[in-house]
Amino acid sequence: MPVQSYIEAISAALWEEMERDKEVFLLGEDIGVYGGAFKVTKGFLEKFGEERVIDTVLAEAAIIGAATGAALVGMRPVAEMQFADFVTCGFNQLVNNTASIHYRWGLPVPMVVRLPSGGNIHGGPFHSRNPESWFFHQPGLKLVAPSTAYDAKGLLKAAIRDPDPVLFFEYKYLYRRIKGEVPSDDYVVPIGRADVKRKGNDATIITYGPTVHVALDAAHDIAGSDEYDVEVLDLRSLMPFDKEAILQSVKRTNKVLILHEDTLTGGIGGEIAAFINENAFEYLDAPVRRLGACDTPVPYAPTLETEFLPGKEKVLKNLKELLEY
Amino acid sequence: MKVQEIQKKNTNSLSQELSRLNLLREDAVRLYYYMVLTREFENSILKLYRQGKIIGGAYTGNGNEATSVGSCFALRKSDYLFPMHRDIGAHFVKGQTPYQLYLQHLARGSGFTRGRDGTGHYADTELRIYGNISHLAAMIPLANGVALAVKNRKEDSVVLNYIGDGGSNVGDFHEALAMASVMKLPLILIIENNQFAYSTPLHKQYACKNLSDRAIGYGIPGVTVDGTDILQVYAETKKAVERARAGDGPSLIESVTMRMHGHSAHDDASYVPKEMYEIWNKRDPIRQFERKLFDWGILDEDEKIKMSEEINHTLTTSAEDAVKEPYPHGSEVTDGVFAKI
Repeated sequence: MPVQSYIEAISAALWEEMERDKEVFLLGEDIGVYGGAFKVTKGFLEKFGEERVIDTVLAEAAIIGAATGAALVGMRPVAEMQFADFVTCGFNQLVNNTASIHYRWGLPVPMVVRLPSGGNIHGGPFHSRNPESWFFHQPGLKLVAPSTAYDAKGLLKAAIRDPDPVLFFEYKYLYRRIKGEVPSDDYVVPIGRADVKRKGNDATIITYGPTVHVALDAAHDIAGSDEYDVEVLDLRSLMPFDKEAILQSVKRTNKVLILHEDTLTGGIGGEIAAFINENAFEYLDAPVRRLGACDTPVPYAPTLETEFLPGKEKVLKNLKELLEY
Repeated sequence: MKVQEIQKKNTNSLSQELSRLNLLREDAVRLYYYMVLTREFENSILKLYRQGKIIGGAYTGNGNEATSVGSCFALRKSDYLFPMHRDIGAHFVKGQTPYQLYLQHLARGSGFTRGRDGTGHYADTELRIYGNISHLAAMIPLANGVALAVKNRKEDSVVLNYIGDGGSNVGDFHEALAMASVMKLPLILIIENNQFAYSTPLHKQYACKNLSDRAIGYGIPGVTVDGTDILQVYAETKKAVERARAGDGPSLIESVTMRMHGHSAHDDASYVPKEMYEIWNKRDPIRQFERKLFDWGILDEDEKIKMSEEINHTLTTSAEDAVKEPYPHGSEVTDGVFAKI
């Protein structure tokens, strides 16, 4: 199987879907001539033309609204937010228009919003956010957050083919740091299915996005030093999240650490913890633990951001306490 | 432009006006019919509200009938309509039935939104009507999206969308016009300037001379029309529609009217100076056009009474039938959040 970077896998998914279905088109700021701030759509304008690779005005509400309108009449737009942080400027469109259309009107809204998310790239407060929990709370939106090149390509294809609006959280930190085998044949990763990224019996780290790799590192280290066998469950989809996979893992390992790069309070981890407590309490040998970023805006200085993020040392500390409970 | 100035321009005889606009006498009768139907329908909505049969809010477009009907009359069947809550007239022109609108207002399970939402907040894909959400300006970017799809598919449909004087201050209005103008989208945006945004008068809303002046900033045509004069509204909308259909891009029309009722049925609008009602009452869009039709022998008293009776009969039976329909069953509440689970 060919090896691709995370960002190449995203580009490949877009390219193949545009070749497959003429209703698929892209819109966003600087995605055409410039090829996107991160070059996800480099070469797309030349191949697909300016009607399908649209350099828009700098106006997120207009972008998300136009995607929604086009989806209403059967097109399959993929809108790019240059940085996930800027989705706030289109927030009303997403939560009041896009998300509720199917419930109100019974009409599908097959659109995708791509959200380059996350910190660890020295982006500071306005180019580093993980905004998923705002949308997690909004009925009507699907949320996916791949951690590998394989999942990124398969989930983006699934998102484009889905009849509902899907927010696709992709991680700038992973773009060129993560590589993996990606089939050249067409495939999708179904929305709503988690994936065990590492098998284990002593505890489960439930996570998604960039912290999957932090969790895998920590699990590897702790297996070497303390001979604990930690499972890493990658949610991949946040809404809907894979309840079955969570229960299966928790019932086997009996100890859970929920980990996300988003800030802790009000993050998705709280909902996962509540779900486990309501549905698998009898199987737990320790209270469910959560680890996320500090409850602050994302800081700029490297010393501060390192402290802010839920890095490997913090995960190891939490894991040890959990395993020794 | 002040309303008095607009009125002075309106000196053509009706028959001349009709031939200039390429309208038949039957078209003139239909324009009148839709305005009367709209007013009577909205009066019945207020009645149902006061009887406690319509819950929540009841909004009317009393005073706005010429704007709503006249503009939508410039559309083809294949064109898209994004109406506001003061545009029931446009729904009717597009082909909607009173029965369907009653079901929707009454939150019945068999209505377009199956009781998920009320008033004109529905979509009818067959008639190509996409109702508003309460954040009115939020519909303009959606209208752009439909216009973009139409343009890229090389269809020759256009999209007609309305906003209020208040809504024209919302960021979505400006973002959407910025996008529509550079992409030359087939969009016609009508600002229904009805003197008040809820209770807020115009001088607290904008400092430019006319709201149509905002078009200058986007390099698109902007015109102010007398929104009580249905032929003037039709004529200017028609021009904008033709421009959009030819691929020349969007237009902005400011239609100056008066909101003759409160913001919604609960609002006594005591903040509106009485003289304003007196002035605007003299310019009632329906009576204004009726006088013309009478003068030119297109309509007489008997025909008017007959039309009125037919409308009221249709409305009464439609409302009675709709009231008999049940609410959606409570157990359906979680149905349909997603198209695919």
